[in-house]
Amino acid sequence: MRYSGFRLLAQGLTGNRGWRPVWRDPEPKPHYDIVIVGGGGHGLATAYYLAREHGLRNVAVLEKGYLGGGNVGRNTTIVRANYFLPGNSEFYSHSLKLWEGLSQELNFNVMHSQRGLINLFHSDGQRDAFARRGNAMINQGDDAILLDREGVRAILPYLDFEQARFPIHGGLYHPRGGTARHDAVAWGYARGADSRGVDLIQNCEVTGIDIEGGRVRGVQTSRGPIRAGKVGIVVAGRSGQVAAMAGLRLPIESHILQAFVTEGLKPVIDHVVSFGMGHFYISQSDKGGLVFGGDLDFHASYAQRGNLPMAEHVMEAGMTLMPMIGKARILRSWGGIMDMTPDGSPIIDRTSVDGLYVNCGWCYGGFKAVPGSGWSFAHLLATGRHHDPAARFRLDRFARGDLLDEEGTGSCHNLH
Amino acid sequence: MRVAGHGRVDRRVTIPFTFDGRRFWGHEGDTLASALLANGVRLVGRSFKYHRPRGIVADGSEDPGALVTIGRGAARRPNVRAPMQELYEGLCARSQAAWPSLRRDLLAVNDLLAPFFGAGFYYKTFMWPRAFWERVYEPVIRRAAGPGALSGEADTGCYEKAFAHCDLLVIGGGPAGLMAALVAGRAGADVILADEDREFGGRLLAEAEEVDGGSAVQWVAGVVAELAALPNVRLMPRTTVTGAHDQGTYAALERVGLHLAAPGPDLPLASFWRIVARRTVLAAGALERPIAFADNDRPGIMQAGAVRAFLHRWGVATGQNVSVFTNNDSGHRTARDLRAAGVGVAGVIDCRADAPEGAGYPVFAGAQVIGTRGRHGLREILVRHAGGQRRLETDCLAVAGGWNPTVHLACHMNARPIWQDGLAGFVAPEGAVPGMMVAGAARGVFSTAGCLADGADAARAALTEMGMTPGAIDLPRAEDGAWRIAPLWHVPGRGRAFLDFQNDVTVKDVQLAARENFASVEHMKRYTTQGMAPDQGKSSNIGALAVLAEATGRTIPQTGTTTFRPPYTPVPIAAMGAGARGKGFAPAQFTAAHDVAVQRDAPMIEAGLWYRPACFPRNGETSWRESCDREVRMVRSAVGICDVSTLGKIDVQGPDAGAFLDLVHANTVSGLRVGRVRYGIMLREDGHVMDDGTCARLAPQHFLVTTTTAAAEQVTRHLEFVHQCLVPHLDLRFIPVTEQWAQFAIAGPKSRALLNALLDTPLDGGEFPFMACGEVAVMGGAARLFRISFSGEHAYELAVPARFGAALFRQLLCLAEQFGGGPYGMEALNVLRIEKGLLTHAELNGRTTAFDLGLGRMLARGKDFIGRAAAQRPGLHCATREQLVGLKPVAPDGRLSAGAHLFAQGAQAVRVNDQGHVTSACHSVTLGHEIALAFLKDGRARHGHRVRLVDHLRGIETSCEVCDPVFFDSEGRRARG
Amino acid sequence: MRITCPLCGARDRREFHYLGCAVYLDRPGPQAPPEAWEDYLHLRDNPAGETRDLWQHAAGCGAWLVVGRNTLSHAVLSVRLASDVRAGAQ
Repeated sequence: MRYSGFRLLAQGLTGNRGWRPVWRDPEPKPHYDIVIVGGGGHGLATAYYLAREHGLRNVAVLEKGYLGGGNVGRNTTIVRANYFLPGNSEFYSHSLKLWEGLSQELNFNVMHSQRGLINLFHSDGQRDAFARRGNAMINQGDDAILLDREGVRAILPYLDFEQARFPIHGGLYHPRGGTARHDAVAWGYARGADSRGVDLIQNCEVTGIDIEGGRVRGVQTSRGPIRAGKVGIVVAGRSGQVAAMAGLRLPIESHILQAFVTEGLKPVIDHVVSFGMGHFYISQSDKGGLVFGGDLDFHASYAQRGNLPMAEHVMEAGMTLMPMIGKARILRSWGGIMDMTPDGSPIIDRTSVDGLYVNCGWCYGGFKAVPGSGWSFAHLLATGRHHDPAARFRLDRFARGDLLDEEGTGSCHNLH
Repeated sequence: MRVAGHGRVDRRVTIPFTFDGRRFWGHEGDTLASALLANGVRLVGRSFKYHRPRGIVADGSEDPGALVTIGRGAARRPNVRAPMQELYEGLCARSQAAWPSLRRDLLAVNDLLAPFFGAGFYYKTFMWPRAFWERVYEPVIRRAAGPGALSGEADTGCYEKAFAHCDLLVIGGGPAGLMAALVAGRAGADVILADEDREFGGRLLAEAEEVDGGSAVQWVAGVVAELAALPNVRLMPRTTVTGAHDQGTYAALERVGLHLAAPGPDLPLASFWRIVARRTVLAAGALERPIAFADNDRPGIMQAGAVRAFLHRWGVATGQNVSVFTNNDSGHRTARDLRAAGVGVAGVIDCRADAPEGAGYPVFAGAQVIGTRGRHGLREILVRHAGGQRRLETDCLAVAGGWNPTVHLACHMNARPIWQDGLAGFVAPEGAVPGMMVAGAARGVFSTAGCLADGADAARAALTEMGMTPGAIDLPRAEDGAWRIAPLWHVPGRGRAFLDFQNDVTVKDVQLAARENFASVEHMKRYTTQGMAPDQGKSSNIGALAVLAEATGRTIPQTGTTTFRPPYTPVPIAAMGAGARGKGFAPAQFTAAHDVAVQRDAPMIEAGLWYRPACFPRNGETSWRESCDREVRMVRSAVGICDVSTLGKIDVQGPDAGAFLDLVHANTVSGLRVGRVRYGIMLREDGHVMDDGTCARLAPQHFLVTTTTAAAEQVTRHLEFVHQCLVPHLDLRFIPVTEQWAQFAIAGPKSRALLNALLDTPLDGGEFPFMACGEVAVMGGAARLFRISFSGEHAYELAVPARFGAALFRQLLCLAEQFGGGPYGMEALNVLRIEKGLLTHAELNGRTTAFDLGLGRMLARGKDFIGRAAAQRPGLHCATREQLVGLKPVAPDGRLSAGAHLFAQGAQAVRVNDQGHVTSACHSVTLGHEIALAFLKDGRARHGHRVRLVDHLRGIETSCEVCDPVFFDSEGRRARG
Repeated sequence: MRITCPLCGARDRREFHYLGCAVYLDRPGPQAPPEAWEDYLHLRDNPAGETRDLWQHAAGCGAWLVVGRNTLSHAVLSVRLASDVRAGAQ
């Protein structure tokens, strides 16, 4: 069913009785060409592009819970392409280009809003590091503008330019950066995949991976065994457990990242703002809630909830940077499980098991990567070759020392 | 209007306040909600989507109806629940989300468009033309959304954060909580009793009940008085426990000054508490829930329990002719109480066929409310009963849909509540939060007698677990009725039946979600936005999932709940971030000589937590560049003094100190002679350079290691890790002494002369060669002298105990000026070091290796050291890596900038051609042109070649010559001489 | 969250610095093959359940601690001085 303003009008006039399910609830078939484990954003996008770009429709997405129930539905919704290391910048650049037509492509309004992202800097050293980043973005064909203090003030007059502990020297402005409605991305891809014949199977937990002679043959699930030609694991937050079913160990440690949303408010923050000294980033959703987050809680965890020290630190950063948000009230907090890798960059690769592929390690930057990740993983699954922009997201890069460490914090999983 | 003889407000005290500019009066003890109702104000706000009229629905923080804005200017607080705002003189409240006025709100037109604004309509449209989303649709949606508005001004209110510790935290001061606190308090336990309300008592204040033969209110007063007198009990009214966290840590928000007209400068508005409790009793009670029926959202339609609370606590009749719609016995209680108070009761509509008889008012058994009327407030309801339909005139409908136990905190650690058919509700799971017992209505015990006993039992169990002995306690006598409910979630029929009053989610929306296969409760919530408004779904969650269960053919427990997450009620960012505004965000570190620099008008800049002088401007200098250039010339030609106290210093002592330092350094340190200093680099275990610095051997078993300012903490922690976790058998001790020593660089050709004018015993000609160290006497005190140079000049660093730092700095400046020198700051220091190709964290950026930096030969071959193995990975020293080089502009006036990228001559400035980037750049006054340090692919082999520097951001493009990173005095004669 | 330092007693989480999995105690020897370093530096069991990790009581006594923890519940199961654990291993 194609969505449009006309359809909305017609349905509204006839009691909204004609809306049809956005996706089917198919019974699992005994065999698929490709089984995607994990019905989050990346898994659904992978399935969509397998069908859309490669014509592969005998595909299933197996989801333990409900579609889009992982980090794609719990994040600060920021979409950007402001990486600077070769290997990252072309990937996120590609992903942002996919975002730019996504609502029309999916016929589902994902509310991609390119309201501009400003990364603030607070010292000459940070300025120069951002200059390197901004120039890399332009070299990649993306956009960046280096703002001085007055340039920032013109855009974000509500920041504390006088008293802040770390004065604002300027910012790197990425006009094409912005936000999107997170759930809609998952649902849009799910609907698009389903309508192209992909079976989206919810409440279907993978309990084992069948390997014969070094080759994957299928998966065991809570709804019975399913044979598969290829299996792709896309289960952020559970990557280690699912990979272990195939006897693999991953370079991943799971950490909590908290995020927060306030009660709805009239528009007050029109951009995405990121504070260079305090791990604080904020935007305002179209519904009016301030959506913001900070750094990891720093200890390995699968608890999906955070603790107070980091939550308070995030509020403190907000208060020093933009004290006008003080009277906004935190409505809800949540903690997602992040696949942290030793260099802060993701993995899209084949494994030592024939036909078994992994897409993991997105740390806390996975949301903006959803389209690009799905595209590149589908490319790898369908063709057996790495998609160029994602060709450096290899499992063996740590052993080789071919690292993608944007933060420069080294092989400590929780420092990226 | 007020009801004579009822309520706990002090009618002798009259308090003026305004709502939407109109002046009203209330009494001491009123909330904004009770005062508005007493004044007959029913229309208080507008809803989010359809802008339907909203009024007061409940009497607590769960109220989904009455969101208002309190205060003006920077003190403005949006989205305040009217029942949570205590009245004070001059309180200024305004309605929200209505324009131009509350009664005539233009966006109420949305209500007519409701058929097109169903759940998730925005996902299906606003996509064409593409550019319109950001330019047209989104701005319109944003402007329409959001109930209240921030002032836009900085929040200058006073807030606090605090820690508290106790044996037993009792959450909720109703009958169960009071009994729990009493039992534990009498047993001598440290008790904190926290309640969201201004008064303890919970529902006992809201009902006309007897406890122990007297009024419940009297019993409450007696217990509270006894608790207040116990030194081991802390009473925390106005305190909402908002989150359950690990190991017995609870977050709580205390409203300290928000109920006062003028809280005073030192009294915080609110305080955010971290309460650490060995055990907790959750006695948070239960919240009444509505029933969904057509047009059930008009002002005047309220919760039945709230209607009783307004009567008994505040002496307010919520209507003159009140009707009741109920599915359980408590609705009848509302009718009886109103009747007894002389308030008119239009009738009780009970959906149960076996409804009890009325006492002077009609009861419609087996009946349902199927519609309502009244534009800005309820006028009339439509009742469907066994005999047909009838209209009932009424100005207030009290709805009793049953009670939802307040399970939130028990579920903050991911547990799900447990469905109980008998209650038609979810109860808190036991054991889901370690150390927490649940008591009273939160556990589904609804009678007063049951709550009293349950609270006492929970406290006894907690005391026993903590090894304390509870004393015997007589349980007071109280109401002990059975609970009887016939679940009714929504009344089928035409029209819109609201579930979520704030986000305007109706039964039809939930049914639409189910039809579109958003069948998981999480999908339904996210698709319809039910439960995502300020009330967090407190009154709508269970009803919505019941509707979803019905629409999808599942039971309620099969459908399940969404996750309960902190906070229980919204917490201001200013409270949770208290103390951080302005400079409070991070501590500030000052060197001993800080004030001396400030006195000389040096602009101080942040360096980590430290402050350091950028330069020392002299009269007539108009820019930092002028000062910087002068300071550089001064150091190169005479002598300069620089405060380098911020560099990390670690004192390492012990028989195995040398072996330990060999392990943590890539080069060998143990061979160093006493009285000598060596440059050292440390790698991270992953093979990248962590930091550089010096090692000085002060005695055979005594070393002093220096670090960069930025890495001091990281290096100290790293050394502690290596010692305690990897080589605890090595016999040594070390401690950071950065703040114990003030240290100054004395750099320049006249440094030795200056030093000899300072030292008690001047240095001999051959004494103290380059890289020597030792103890010297300065003005009779012991000092440490290091002959090291970060400027390339003949230089020393002189260290004295920090308390002498300011005096020494003054003395050094005084002497320096005699030699034609003076102080220099960070800008000059940076130029001096770039001219010499020396490194800072621009180059040691965590991604660079010894190979990149040209320090590959420092990696010792004959020993193990941290980072050795990983540094051998091929990727860390492969030819394609970028290597440290110097850059000079081909044209003398060419500009260089840090952050620029490098390309081959003639190559387009795009990623695939990227050859490297500039890390540090400056104008070298010594050389008369700009210079830069950069990383360039295969750079060491390209000295003398030309590259193209492009800085798109700053509009700089320069042809550069690649050169050695040491621009000046490459043989190092000046430093050694 | 609270951790009981064997030297200082029960303290709030904010006094502690987290490094990572306790595998960091088992640094491969100088002759170890690259695979051992891959295991040491990068690969992780990353259990959803009981784990042992390394914390430092940074804002307290400075001791490095081996903390037995449950990553699903955040329960702290045991706390030992890292130096004691090392000494026991040797």
